[in-house]
Amino acid sequence: MAAGVSQRRLALDVSRLPDVTFAIRSVTWWGTIGMMAIEGGVFALAVASYFYLHSRTDRWPPTGHPPDLLWGSLNTAVFLLSLIPTEWYRRRAHKGDLRAVRLGLIIASLTGVVNLTIRYFEMKHLNCNWSGDAYGSIVWLLIGLHITHLLTDWVETLVLTVLFFSPHVEGKRFVDAEENASYWYFVVLTWIPIYLVLYWAPRWLVG
Amino acid sequence: MSEQRAELIEIDVSAEREVALAAELEEIWQEPPGFLGWFKAVHHTTIGKRYIVTAFCFFLAAGLLAGAMRLQLAFPELHLMGPDLYNQIFTMHGTVMMFLFAVPMMFEALSVYLVPLMVGTRNIAFPRLNAFSYYLFLFGGLMVFAFFFVNSGPDRGWFSYVPLASLRYAPGKRADAWAQLITFTEVSALSVAVEIVVTVFKLRAPGMSLNRIPIFVWGQVVTAFMVIFAMPGVVVSSTMLLLDRTCSTQFFNPANGGDVLLFQHLFWWFGHPEVYIIFIPGTAIVSTIVAAFARRHVFGYLALVLSLIATGFIAFGLWVHHMFATGIPQMSESFFTAASMMIAIPAGTQIFCWLATICTGKVILKTPMWWVLGFFFVFVIGGMTGIYVASVPVDLQVHDTYFVVAHFHYVLIGGAVFPLFGAFAYWFPKITGRMLSERLGFWSFSLFLIGFNITFFPMHLVGLRGMPRRVYTYPLNAGWRLLNQVESAGYILLFAGVLLFLINVVRSLRHGQIAGPNPWDAGGLEWAAASPPRSYNFLHIPTVNGREPLWDARPDQPVVIGLHTDVREVVTTRIMDAEPEGRDEMPGPTIWPFIAAVVTTAMFVGSIFRPLAIGIGSVPLAIALIGWFWPTREESSRRRRRDIWQQE
Amino acid sequence: MLCRSARLSMALLAFPKNQTPLDPAGPQARHIEHTFLLIFWITSIVYAIVIAVLAIGVLRARSREAGIPAPFTPDPAVEKKAARIVGGALIATVILITIMMVSSFVTSHRTAALADQPALRIDVYGHQWWWEVVYPNGAAPSRVIHTANEIHVPANTVIDIHGTSRDVIHSFWAPNIHGKKDLLPGYENDLTFKVDSPGVWRGQCAEYCGMQHAQMAFDIVAQSPDEFEAWYRQQLKPAADPSSPEAERGRTVFLSQACSLCHTIRGTIAGGTAAPDLTHLASRSTIAAGALKNNVANLTAWVLDAQKIKPGCRMPPNLMNSTDLNDLIAYLETLQ
Ligand code: HEA
Ligand code: HEA
Ligand code: HEC
Ligand code: CUA
Ligand SMILES: [Cu+2]
Repeated sequence: MAAGVSQRRLALDVSRLPDVTFAIRSVTWWGTIGMMAIEGGVFALAVASYFYLHSRTDRWPPTGHPPDLLWGSLNTAVFLLSLIPTEWYRRRAHKGDLRAVRLGLIIASLTGVVNLTIRYFEMKHLNCNWSGDAYGSIVWLLIGLHITHLLTDWVETLVLTVLFFSPHVEGKRFVDAEENASYWYFVVLTWIPIYLVLYWAPRWLVG
Repeated sequence: MSEQRAELIEIDVSAEREVALAAELEEIWQEPPGFLGWFKAVHHTTIGKRYIVTAFCFFLAAGLLAGAMRLQLAFPELHLMGPDLYNQIFTMHGTVMMFLFAVPMMFEALSVYLVPLMVGTRNIAFPRLNAFSYYLFLFGGLMVFAFFFVNSGPDRGWFSYVPLASLRYAPGKRADAWAQLITFTEVSALSVAVEIVVTVFKLRAPGMSLNRIPIFVWGQVVTAFMVIFAMPGVVVSSTMLLLDRTCSTQFFNPANGGDVLLFQHLFWWFGHPEVYIIFIPGTAIVSTIVAAFARRHVFGYLALVLSLIATGFIAFGLWVHHMFATGIPQMSESFFTAASMMIAIPAGTQIFCWLATICTGKVILKTPMWWVLGFFFVFVIGGMTGIYVASVPVDLQVHDTYFVVAHFHYVLIGGAVFPLFGAFAYWFPKITGRMLSERLGFWSFSLFLIGFNITFFPMHLVGLRGMPRRVYTYPLNAGWRLLNQVESAGYILLFAGVLLFLINVVRSLRHGQIAGPNPWDAGGLEWAAASPPRSYNFLHIPTVNGREPLWDARPDQPVVIGLHTDVREVVTTRIMDAEPEGRDEMPGPTIWPFIAAVVTTAMFVGSIFRPLAIGIGSVPLAIALIGWFWPTREESSRRRRRDIWQQE
Repeated sequence: MLCRSARLSMALLAFPKNQTPLDPAGPQARHIEHTFLLIFWITSIVYAIVIAVLAIGVLRARSREAGIPAPFTPDPAVEKKAARIVGGALIATVILITIMMVSSFVTSHRTAALADQPALRIDVYGHQWWWEVVYPNGAAPSRVIHTANEIHVPANTVIDIHGTSRDVIHSFWAPNIHGKKDLLPGYENDLTFKVDSPGVWRGQCAEYCGMQHAQMAFDIVAQSPDEFEAWYRQQLKPAADPSSPEAERGRTVFLSQACSLCHTIRGTIAGGTAAPDLTHLASRSTIAAGALKNNVANLTAWVLDAQKIKPGCRMPPNLMNSTDLNDLIAYLETLQ
């Protein structure tokens, strides 16, 4: 409310408030959460569609061959293990520990490579074709959705890693690192239900 | 390091210092000049204005298409246009009205422009994403009209059911144009939803605790959450449709284990909440205007907020009421009937609270209030017919007849368009600095109200006389002629009403009387900013002491100081009590969002013809996004110097 | 009495009553109309009250001060009173909604009552843009009849319309008799109803199904049981051999032209299934799914260029000289 001529008035001085804030105190974190909510919703509805289509067919999978367990389970293991370094560098980011975060990001980039490589073999052993029948279509949709997230997060990680070896290191970067870690959590946590649906649902649903 | 708290102090304010401060803020917050600057703009008022104008143009276009339909239907067995054209026109009308006018206008446009002002901050959260979302919205709209003008407009209805929209029965690119338009609009709506949620969660002025958030802002937040949870439905369904059409997947092909109702479930999971996404901002406007023009705090603040939230929740339990005729089990039918009728309770709560506000207030009848009165008159009819169609047996009779067409125009136009015109009249002075003419305002309102009822009331009757919707013509002996001609005549008044509004706007932009910051003496924070607001919105970020901050402010209401004035800095506050807890530097103008939007558009449109386009396009897109987020050296070093780390 | 006055208020001016839920011709439509009228009265009254309160409120509370009065805080007593009234209104709302809900459940239940009774089953297949009608009658193929767009039913008998679609989604709707039911590819839906007494009612496709959704109508012809029996026996017969020479030639034309690729005429080699069965075409009162009255002029126009009459329909134009055409029509006219 614009004040007029010279006078004393009360003011709330915010100059001492932090400008490097994490988690629920940071604006970007809430943005990431929002995105996760949206993508989570997409995953949820895709999974729902999977079971809806199942309820409309008598043979599931129609070919009788669910995806091979090996590669998918292997990838799941890698995903779960990758949470350890992730959590570590996420915490160090709060402390502004440059060396730790650099190391963490390098590890994250490498795990990304491993995941993507395994994912390649996974897709070769899905035992179905997206244009064969609705089952194949929904399986490929689910795996496709997840690999998109995997890819984008991996690229993001690479960029961030580069930034951390550039002259741009500062508070906001550590916040970014923290976001990146939380987003990886999302990628892993969404994979687990998808893994169960793709690999185990057809085995449990037989008969 | 000293304690990280904001503290109350006494300061000297002098006119000179204020002027100097204003200059500094203007320097750092102003939009970039010149032609290129136009594409770099990121301030929410700039983007908000563009959203408003663009969405309104789409309304006019779709309204003209409606005129074409009314002309064709004015005479039985008329062959002015063939089925092929008519089907494109009604589909375009519905699609454009819903996806390019109603949702973008009621949610994106209004909230982008108003919410940051109402919560007392200097820009919306993620301003660059905001610019990006606008360009996608614009390009999506231009794309679908481009298709329409080359006779490839969508023609499968605004919800494009399969298998009618699957490749087998819809060769060509029309159905793809529809599905891809959806992709554009969903990206922009979802981005804005996240921006609004974060803006309201983190950027509220100190003191604006949950129980002081203006109803309008509550409405837009609830809407934002509905967008976030509903949109995935149409994301998935339109994606599946595109895949079926372009990559020969089998989601909807019964011959290969696919299912045609899956599409309907997914679409209406979104489609029903969508109608409340359109309606809730409307009610939020009504609450605002009613309070301002009854000169009192709105009656039953808590009840209103709760009914908004309740509507938001129940809205997700109604989608099957669009599918009663598909022969789903009676059990679930009953459930969805119950849920649909229950919506009348929160709706009623709101109506009753507004009535109470009016009856106990000092009502002044200015144009915005006239539109709100029109809202009551019209919307409640639509709500009541909603009860008819919520009843399964009755719906089995009127479903897909003009009775439903009447229902949804009464609720859409009553619940969204009337409040919207009220909002225009109410906030026009804030946006442009000039008042609209009361006289013209009243006339355009009267014409629109009368024209509306003449156009749409007979649709109830013609629907009950058996006229199905989406028919390009009807037999002479069906007994539908007279009513249709009355409807078409009503359109002329509607047209005149809207035209008069446009004239009013054009005249007032030049000759309207100067408004000043608060022409209505209203209570919202937006009225504390200049009209039109400066690029930094508020000279000092205000603090808040009530639900109508300007009415409830103490004489010595403190203002926020201590933000850097050489960067775009704002104060962040806690979610519940809005206590200051940090400062955040907002990104400035840049061309990258525009470039990213262009690339994305090329990618989406290309994928209609070659799915591979997605893969190819993702590379330049990634580059654009990196450019978007890459900091400059001086930014980084400046921040490094100033960083104050949060203490755990 | 209530119903009468309501029906009048709904109907306003006189209008053809053969395609409206407001003139029920069977128990199902009648049950539905009762719920409809209940909702009509409740909502109309509530609406009147709401608007009355609004009007009075605005008039009484209108500010008489010049300009914009200062914002004020209404006194708590008034607020309390208002709160009580609002609360009461909400309770009333809940009660009224419950009433309408229950009524609607009861009606759903009643209209479904016939579902488990022995019924005359009629298979209806939706096509773009016509209705294929089959009377399997649970009987041997020899006793199955195929017809189109005109559904004959015995009055006062339980009928089971067993519907699905051959292409896109259509919706079977004869409002005087019952609500609509979608015909979906991959699903089979049943609609069971009774028709009170002999008569003809119009029905129309109620789900947007493309180009000619507007002209996809059908007739329901209710007959006394023995009339129906007679009709049925007639339909069982294969097409009679043409008596007149031009009809004779007409048949040759029919068989030599493309017609037989799509159409069936039992008793000839024409066995196409993509289009309406023409074996007893002349016994039907309309052609092209209600688009035209069934008479020589219309038949001629239709056969010559169906696209002119029903743009986009699945029947191509047929080029032939006028003698062929006249003979052909003469033949079709014999298909009683
Ligand atoms: C702004 C948008 C909007 C709003 C607010 C509503 C509100 C409601 N709608 Fe509507 N609806 C649409 C937009 C909207 N609708 C659209 C676009 C379609 C068609 C889509 C298509 O097919 O193209 C549709 C279709 C539609 C159908 C499907 C019809 C069919 O296709 O056959 C149904 C069925 O239940 C329905 C129900 C309702 C109900 C119960 C409400 C309720 O929310 C109404 C509640 C309000 C009131 C009841 C009035 C105020 C209350 C009181 C004054 C209290 C007292 C009241 C009583 C005692 C009853 N709507
Ligand atoms: C918010 C949504 C909205 C709005 C505002 C409207 C507004 C109007 N609608 Fe629409 N309508 C829908 C949403 C909406 N509609 C939907 C979702 C459908 C279903 C589609 C489907 O079945 O798939 C539908 C269907 C629909 C039908 C049924 C079509 C059919 O089933 O065959 C009809 C028929 O009359 C109709 C008419 C109108 C009319 C006359 C208006 C009028 O109110 C329009 C008023 C606007 C104007 C009169 C514009 C005036 C323009 C100017 C003054 C321009 C001046 C020129 C320049 C400055 C360049 N609409
Ligand atoms: C490619 C397929 C095709 C061919 C060839 C064809 N028709 Fe048809 N015919 C149809 C279809 C499909 C309809 C239903 C059109 C509609 O009502 O939408 C139809 C409808 C008709 C009808 C109206 C039937 C009714 O009860 O509504 C008549 C009569 C008819 N055809 C006669 C002919 C004659 C005679 C020829 C040959 C000279 C012919 N048709 C060739 C597909 C065909
Ligand atoms: Cu068949 Cu509409
Ligand atoms: Cu709905």
